[in-house]
Amino acid sequence: MSDSNEGEPLPPPEGASDVIETDYEIGQQNITPQIGPFGLDIHNPVFVISGLVVVAFVILTLAFQTQVEPLFTALRGFLTSNFDWFFMIAGNIFVLVCLGILISPLGKVRIGGADATPDYSYAGWFAMLFAAGMGIGLMFFGVLEPVYYFGTPWGDQPLMRDIGVVEGELADPATVEAARRMAMAATIYHWGLHPWAMYAVVALSLALFAYNKGLPLTVRSIFYPIFGERVWGWTGHVIDILAVFATLFGLATSLGFGASQAAAGIGFVFGIEGIGEDVTVAVILIIVITAMALISVLRGLDGGVKRLSELNMILAGILLLFVILVGPTATLVGQFFGNLGAYVTEILALSNPVGRDDDGFRQGWTAFYWAWWISWSPFVGMFIARVSRGRTVREFITCVLLIPTIVSAIWMTTFGGSAIDQVIARVSESAVYGYVIEAYVPELSLFGMLSELPFAAITSTIAIILVVVFFVTSSDSGSLVIDTITAGGKIDAPVVQRVFWVTFEGLVAAALLIGGGLVALQAMAVSTGLPFALVLLLGCVALIKGLMAEPR
Amino acid sequence: MYSRIVVPVDLAHPDILAKALDTATDLARHYGAALTYVSVTAETPTSVAHNPREFGEKLAEFARARGEADGLTIDAVAYTATDPTIDIDAILLRAAEEARADLVVIASHKPGLAEYFWGSHGGRLAGHATISVFVVR
Repeated sequence: MSDSNEGEPLPPPEGASDVIETDYEIGQQNITPQIGPFGLDIHNPVFVISGLVVVAFVILTLAFQTQVEPLFTALRGFLTSNFDWFFMIAGNIFVLVCLGILISPLGKVRIGGADATPDYSYAGWFAMLFAAGMGIGLMFFGVLEPVYYFGTPWGDQPLMRDIGVVEGELADPATVEAARRMAMAATIYHWGLHPWAMYAVVALSLALFAYNKGLPLTVRSIFYPIFGERVWGWTGHVIDILAVFATLFGLATSLGFGASQAAAGIGFVFGIEGIGEDVTVAVILIIVITAMALISVLRGLDGGVKRLSELNMILAGILLLFVILVGPTATLVGQFFGNLGAYVTEILALSNPVGRDDDGFRQGWTAFYWAWWISWSPFVGMFIARVSRGRTVREFITCVLLIPTIVSAIWMTTFGGSAIDQVIARVSESAVYGYVIEAYVPELSLFGMLSELPFAAITSTIAIILVVVFFVTSSDSGSLVIDTITAGGKIDAPVVQRVFWVTFEGLVAAALLIGGGLVALQAMAVSTGLPFALVLLLGCVALIKGLMAEPR
Repeated sequence: MYSRIVVPVDLAHPDILAKALDTATDLARHYGAALTYVSVTAETPTSVAHNPREFGEKLAEFARARGEADGLTIDAVAYTATDPTIDIDAILLRAAEEARADLVVIASHKPGLAEYFWGSHGGRLAGHATISVFVVR
């Protein structure tokens, strides 16, 4: 807690800010029912409706699993193939809005008032936003995605360029190099400016309207400049309920990736066959992880969530450094700049929403990612907002948009670059080739890459621990966010409510895994992404309006 | 016997405070002790205030008004927390130390009653503080 002003007497006046005067009082719609020995303080109807719908969703999915699974798969396919252009245009707008604010005078506005001071050091702040924002995805896709684009036999490579390896044979050196650059550029594109711009828009808006304008810390507050007092009515209820769904389903998608990867990793390291497909193992993992998340939220934001995030960053740093050092160090350093260059040169072609013939890539990968990021944005955005008080808007965008993009590029270069090098060196002999291209076992791709480096048993164990801890840091921060939204923006709601949400997330994931509904879950995450993309576009307008009204 | 009394104040629920505030005033008069109100707020907007500064002003005004009514000078110190639900007990302990208090008078509900905010805080404070704690029910 050394770097937070936790428990310090109030700092002197925070300086000028443009407080919005509204008659709405935070918590005025809250009800305080007594359930057993527990007193609650929850927003009505947001808590009630989201709770009931999620329970109903789980029961229906479990009861009709065979019927609903194709339905959800079709839904995901329909959304990503018919609205890919919409997701892509929206994504581009978010990047442009962020970059525009970064270079405009609006960047001088300070979150929390002109004289506010930051609560967290750069290290603690950055650890939290990165652990919440990407975490498990980096572990799951770091090796998988670049290798996939490098040699996909399914015809869904980016921009339909030539791939580096065809039917187990390496292409000519020039094509291999071009395919490698393209694979890295496309991967960084999916993990770079665009996702972080989506987070930044939501986070910045939430922070601005809570810390500067004095509105409750909940998603509806962003829309005050557009809907006025109506945000306290059903317009706002719908927005908040959507945010709760997006968070829950987005988290559950992550839970699914995390549980399957951790289980597969344990089987791989300890040589246990079939453990990756064993639902019991996955459910036990979910119980362990949920218990850890529970301890984390009970220890609070500083004592639990922040410390775990920092531990996370240290472990991830060790693993990253290890792969850089034992891998082709000099080549990786050179490739990093080459990959960033490739990203910059290809970003226009990759983000062009129309007139392309790479449907498999654009719809199956880009549109799915955009929808997934957007469904995560209320959760990550709200969490980033909560820990960002005291930063200027310029500092904020630099740290939430530019630095994470560079870190993602380093991560992808290291893990993806090393993996592609292994494929180039040994082609179909390499473990990664086997798991990504020959037999598609995505959850083993990372472990395949590590198995060809020295100390594979140690690094694979670190990787499993990382997957679990990343999982915990997403689950605990997600629960805090859902708790805040369903308490009408109160962050001091009774402890029992955050216990409820942590437990509930674990239950949802476990129930759906047992029922085989993970496909449904991922489809739901994408489905909540679509309405939320619209909501976010409106949010951009509100954000700029809100920033213009602030004293600079 | 006592030279400074600290009273944790919850501005969101002033109704349940009355008895503790009366007790603190009586004790302060009796022992000629100084009186300090302390309070913890979230950094986000709350039902009480838009921001920590406004919260501090409201607390100061609350203490001033009460002091005027009682004919005492009552100090006020507000603290912020990034996660008040969890951190409030530790902060109240620290507040008492920093005010150099030798007595804390804290309002608490009857055991079993549903009032979360002051629920177990009085009890936990009494369990951890090195100074005297007067839990008012």
